[in-house]
Amino acid sequence: MEVSKIDSIIEQYGARESALLAILQDIQAKENYLPKDALEYVSQKMHIPLVRIFRIATFYNALSLKPRGLHKIDVCLGTACHVRGGSKILEKIERDLGVSVGETTKDNRFTLESVRCIGCCSLGPVAVVDGKVFGRLGQDKVSGLLKEFK
Amino acid sequence: MKIRTKNDLEKMREKGLKNLYPKETKVSVGMATCGLSTGADKVYEAIQDEVEKGKLPIQLAQTGCIGFCQREPVVDILEPGKPRVFYQEVTPDRAKELIHRWLKNEVVGDWLLCKMEKEDWIAEDRVQDYPIRQIPKGIDGTPSYHQVPFYNKQLKIALRNCGFINPDHIEEYVARGGYISLYKALFEMKPEEIIEEVKRSGLRGRGGAGFLTGNKWETCRRAKGDQKFILCNADEGDPGAYMDRSILEGDPHSVVEGMIIGAYAIGAHEGFIYVRNEYPLAIQKLLIALQQAEEAGLLGDDILGSGFSLKINLFRGGGAFVCGESTALMASIEGKVGEPRAKHIHTTESGLWDKPSNLNNVETWNNVPIILSRGAGWYSKIGTDQSKGTKVFSIVGKVKNTGLIEVPMGITLREIVYDIGGGVPDGKKFKAVQTGGPSGGCIPESLINLPVDFDRLTEVGSMMGSGGMIVMDESTCMVDVAKYFMDFLKGESCGKCTSCREGTKRMHEILTEIAEGRGTMDHIELLKELGWVTAEASLCQLGGTAPNPVLSTIRYFQEEYEEHILHKRCPAKVCRALLQYRILSNVCTKCGRCAKVCPVKAITGKKKTKKETGEPFSIDAKKCIKCGMCFETCKFEAVEVQ
Ligand SMILES: Cc1cc2nc3c(=O)[nH]c(=O)nc-3n(C[C@H](O)[C@H](O)[C@H](O)COP(=O)(O)O)c2cc1C
Ligand code: FES
Repeated sequence: MEVSKIDSIIEQYGARESALLAILQDIQAKENYLPKDALEYVSQKMHIPLVRIFRIATFYNALSLKPRGLHKIDVCLGTACHVRGGSKILEKIERDLGVSVGETTKDNRFTLESVRCIGCCSLGPVAVVDGKVFGRLGQDKVSGLLKEFK
Repeated sequence: MKIRTKNDLEKMREKGLKNLYPKETKVSVGMATCGLSTGADKVYEAIQDEVEKGKLPIQLAQTGCIGFCQREPVVDILEPGKPRVFYQEVTPDRAKELIHRWLKNEVVGDWLLCKMEKEDWIAEDRVQDYPIRQIPKGIDGTPSYHQVPFYNKQLKIALRNCGFINPDHIEEYVARGGYISLYKALFEMKPEEIIEEVKRSGLRGRGGAGFLTGNKWETCRRAKGDQKFILCNADEGDPGAYMDRSILEGDPHSVVEGMIIGAYAIGAHEGFIYVRNEYPLAIQKLLIALQQAEEAGLLGDDILGSGFSLKINLFRGGGAFVCGESTALMASIEGKVGEPRAKHIHTTESGLWDKPSNLNNVETWNNVPIILSRGAGWYSKIGTDQSKGTKVFSIVGKVKNTGLIEVPMGITLREIVYDIGGGVPDGKKFKAVQTGGPSGGCIPESLINLPVDFDRLTEVGSMMGSGGMIVMDESTCMVDVAKYFMDFLKGESCGKCTSCREGTKRMHEILTEIAEGRGTMDHIELLKELGWVTAEASLCQLGGTAPNPVLSTIRYFQEEYEEHILHKRCPAKVCRALLQYRILSNVCTKCGRCAKVCPVKAITGKKKTKKETGEPFSIDAKKCIKCGMCFETCKFEAVEVQ
């Protein structure tokens, strides 16, 4: 990641420790994940030990040290979605894409992840693809959904 | 426009009223996350297109969610002289048709959710009657808002504006009585009087534990320190609960106003709203609201010319459940890992950056302006002895009418599940309601007449939590639910205490053993013992309440555990290792659909055609992965699960 981009993100928040999470989230929004060189740079620039940064990066579910695919699928496994068969939706997607949850497809198209509730419980089971929420899913709707993002 | 006087506020209100009740027809589309996920954006575009193309005399607006999420997208039409109507499950095509019909003074009765003849302005004890001079054709037989069973028992205080105002317009919030309480607080009340009023109202925190809000404020006000913080917990971690999201998306100013009042009462000049990372729309709406409030002089320096100043920052969480806990939340804002600490010293004395800090939940803050405008006396008449006011619940899961409801404390579970929720769909039998998120428990049918308030829920081994109510029916397995929550908690435990980190993990392992048919009767005792240790020895309430889902399911559904252990059977047909799928050859119509959808080609048979009689299909148990596709696909109920 270009140093100038990181600089401008840090500048926006100020090099305060309390801005670290926001800075990491913005880096991830740009790069899709947290590249190691970017974290090293943040560490130097903000005078925060790298281990601290890695602790934060591995603690929060929203942050990822692994590159993600072109499209990100989050299948909800919150309680309301769970009792309406959320895990079956997840498994169907796993089978269709040939990956397990947490993985990225070989062609780098999809990264499959799970979340615990996105607040759309009344329409469960739901999944989020690239920020767009799809409700009232069934196993039979999965293939069509994936095709939309081919 | 900067507001300085009551007159300025009145002017803003007039502007808002013009927005809310324009002279021409106004069409509003519910565009909260639930609406958007069912295509409200497409509906909005379709109407916009139609209006532009035909130069129709229609004003188009966006609004939040009026709670009946199941029926989204909801579109409402308001025209002076007619009743307001709410359409449900609107599609782009339907949208076009219904506005054209409206212009011909017609409605499509079948698509209507309800009509409305008047609007309650709860903030000011006013009812806004719509003057009705004309009745649209086809509206006969459409129930009024309060006649719809879903709305009949509701009393909307927290959700007062959701679905009625455009959250992006501060004027509309002001028009319905917003920021009047702030004015009153700053100019007509002393901080101590505000605290006294909140105390007298009996308001208890809506974030989970139900701590008395006024008392918390008082401690924080009295705490020594020149700098104090106020915080809003919008981390809404309980899966199945989404009231905070809906309030922030539909009425963000109500929370901002509550926080300013609270800050003034406590003596804080800086605040933070900690919002869940999973709520991008709520973040967007809040940012707009904060900016507008600042531009109007309601936030920032010298608010309304009172000399009081407050800055509110928005902090985006990182997707960690434990960060909803007060000390973890504060650590997270400080830029540290979101781990809780022991609370020998309360955060009201030493919280964020070791300064006195007052944290309240979104819904708690949202109630504050109403308490000031309507008075503690009015507020405390609602609810039960020890739990005052209303509570927003999300009724979701296996229930006919899913959505967000707001009811007076003390209403029974039965009224919520049956009268409002419409009971369990598909003719299935009701089994339990899960409340309180991962800290809560499952309440069985035998307790269906339980009045719902903070203390009664705790008495039966559950909790209020944020207000999620997940309805479960006979096809929900209680062992699976307990296992589900342990899986959640073992993943979300920050790992600081051994008891929580290991306790949740071991309980999950044992529950997995039971679910997979390797359980023994000793496991039940072991679960109880582990649960006790986990609760007693853990630092924060994540561990402290972690065993609740396990203990409450054992308490009320022990026979279901025993069925798994002794007979290797899952009565709800959920625990996969114990299931067998087979096709009833005498019911099978030989259509072959099941074989087509089977992902592992475990189903064979011969399809019936015009020429051939075919052969019934059957499942090779060795190949079957029990995904349930055949079961879901078969229209003739020929697939049996045992
Ligand atoms: C593990 C854990 C998670 C919590 N999550 C939330 C949450 O998501 N939202 C919330 O308002 N309170 C949550 N709480 C409760 C808060 O610690 C705190 O009591 C509450 O925000 C105080 O606000 P109130 O008095 O207005 O309820 C959580 C507590 C624990 C132990
Ligand atoms: S449980 Fe899936 S969105 Fe809430």
